[in-house]
Amino acid sequence: MPSEAARAPAIPVGRQGMSRGLFGVMLAAPMLIWQVLLFVAPLCFLVMMTFWSVRNYKLAPDFTFANWQKVLSTGYFWDIYLRTLLYALLAAGITSLVSFPGAFYLSYRIPAGLRRSFLFLLITPYFTSYLVRIYSWKILLTDQGLINLGLGALGLGPFRMYSNLFGTTVGYVTLCFPLVLLIQMISLSNVDRNLIEAAHNLGCGRLRTVFEVIIPSAKVGLVLAATFAFILSFGDFVSPTLLGGSKPPTLSILMVDTVRSGSDWPRASVIAMVMVATLLACGLGALRLAYGGRKAGR
Amino acid sequence: MANRLIGWALLGYLALILVFILAPIVSSFVFSFNAGRFPSLPWAGFSTQWYAAVLSDSAIRSGLINSLIVAACTSVIATALGFTAAYTDYRYTFTGKSIYMAVAMLPPNVPVMILGLAMLVYQSELSLSGALYSVIIAHVVYCAPFAMALIRLRLSQMDADLEAAAWNLGASQGQAIRHVIIPFTLPSILAALFLTMAVSFDEFAMAWFVSGFQETLPVRILVLLQREVSPRVNAIGSIVFLVTIVLAAVALFLSSGRRRDEAAPVPASSQRDAL
Repeated sequence: MPSEAARAPAIPVGRQGMSRGLFGVMLAAPMLIWQVLLFVAPLCFLVMMTFWSVRNYKLAPDFTFANWQKVLSTGYFWDIYLRTLLYALLAAGITSLVSFPGAFYLSYRIPAGLRRSFLFLLITPYFTSYLVRIYSWKILLTDQGLINLGLGALGLGPFRMYSNLFGTTVGYVTLCFPLVLLIQMISLSNVDRNLIEAAHNLGCGRLRTVFEVIIPSAKVGLVLAATFAFILSFGDFVSPTLLGGSKPPTLSILMVDTVRSGSDWPRASVIAMVMVATLLACGLGALRLAYGGRKAGR
Repeated sequence: MANRLIGWALLGYLALILVFILAPIVSSFVFSFNAGRFPSLPWAGFSTQWYAAVLSDSAIRSGLINSLIVAACTSVIATALGFTAAYTDYRYTFTGKSIYMAVAMLPPNVPVMILGLAMLVYQSELSLSGALYSVIIAHVVYCAPFAMALIRLRLSQMDADLEAAAWNLGASQGQAIRHVIIPFTLPSILAALFLTMAVSFDEFAMAWFVSGFQETLPVRILVLLQREVSPRVNAIGSIVFLVTIVLAAVALFLSSGRRRDEAAPVPASSQRDAL
């Protein structure tokens, strides 16, 4: 495209229009202002809200630890907390395991054109209604669902795959899978091929190469992928509600119930804060796990 | 031989993965045309009654319209913010830049339920909640980082000297952006528009918290799902699938189709002419 700029008289940078610095500030500012006012501030306000009190169903600014005390001192809160943690860990583990062979195949053993088509098929559903995808699993997983019908024809089942942990986990995997696969694939593709060649030349078997060369080299990405799966499952509301039957509840279900029963937003905020703190701790732990330990040369 | 066997096994595995991902979508689509009330076999015959029921339902129609308005506004604002932030990252170094980038990138890493609650308490304190713009505000917060990431990726492939050359030829910074940066990043800008539209069109958690009576379509679906099991959901779902798949596919095509061209070692200058 022939630009008009090329025809303009040559003026040293900075003489024309405003200064470089001011121009930069004007470009940097919109995102910063938006995210500080409408992302950071709401989160800070949520922290503040945990110290407010509710009187006659009305929120009142206050500075009390009563909400924290109420939430943290109940036994069932910790039951739910522990369960949510375990569910999310399970989901992260299963998704990582299920996804790894696929990521491996996509990064090492497939021509680029075919890889693009596969990726397209794997990733587009990620942007389509998660709600409806989860709902659709019902068609397959219920006692009269398609899978049990098929198994019944073979004289098996029916297996209970719905309204329990199995159903919830299917939902979590549906949620996390594309992201995990993508991150795993990228990190596997970045493993130095020479290392793999070298391992082969030194007589290292296939499986051993995978476990002793490829996985350690791709560790950062693999841990990162599992962490994202953990974060997504930990905060998910839909799978445990629609596929798990919301009993027993998870933290997000408890939080939503607390919001809706009366207007006990301060207590819901405490739950949210506990979740944020947990995710931060797990995120930092994952970073240490990924980058710390033995420094693997790369 | 063993190698080929492993190859076939892995290919089969990938096929299983695809089945896992596509099965719910396909079954929902198939049963949206089922005449019976229950999504089970035997198939009760072909019917478009659920689509008719969905399209004549005024709550669903207004939800769809709300969703479209929110998605359109969100995508434009989020992409504009994403562009400025991506360009800031590409062009400038300044103290506190890592904090700037962290703030810009963080929102999608916070669970949407928590973002939703935070939005609700904050917006209602400021009397901002319960309207369509409340949803747009929340969605822009969530979507802008996606737009930024896409545009940043594209900018990182750009020859940094191109813009400087434009300056030396007398272009102001604004002109350089308009005539050099924007043409180069145009595919990713368009991709960001479509992708953020798809994300917003599908987001229900934050919208659920802040929308009040201005329900968007996913919120309507959620309410429907919590109340009853209706084959209408399959019909809405199929419509939603179609809309979001088209949006996301366009975004993917735009953002990946370009990169292929660059795989060939083409001089930067002729690359720009090709645009």
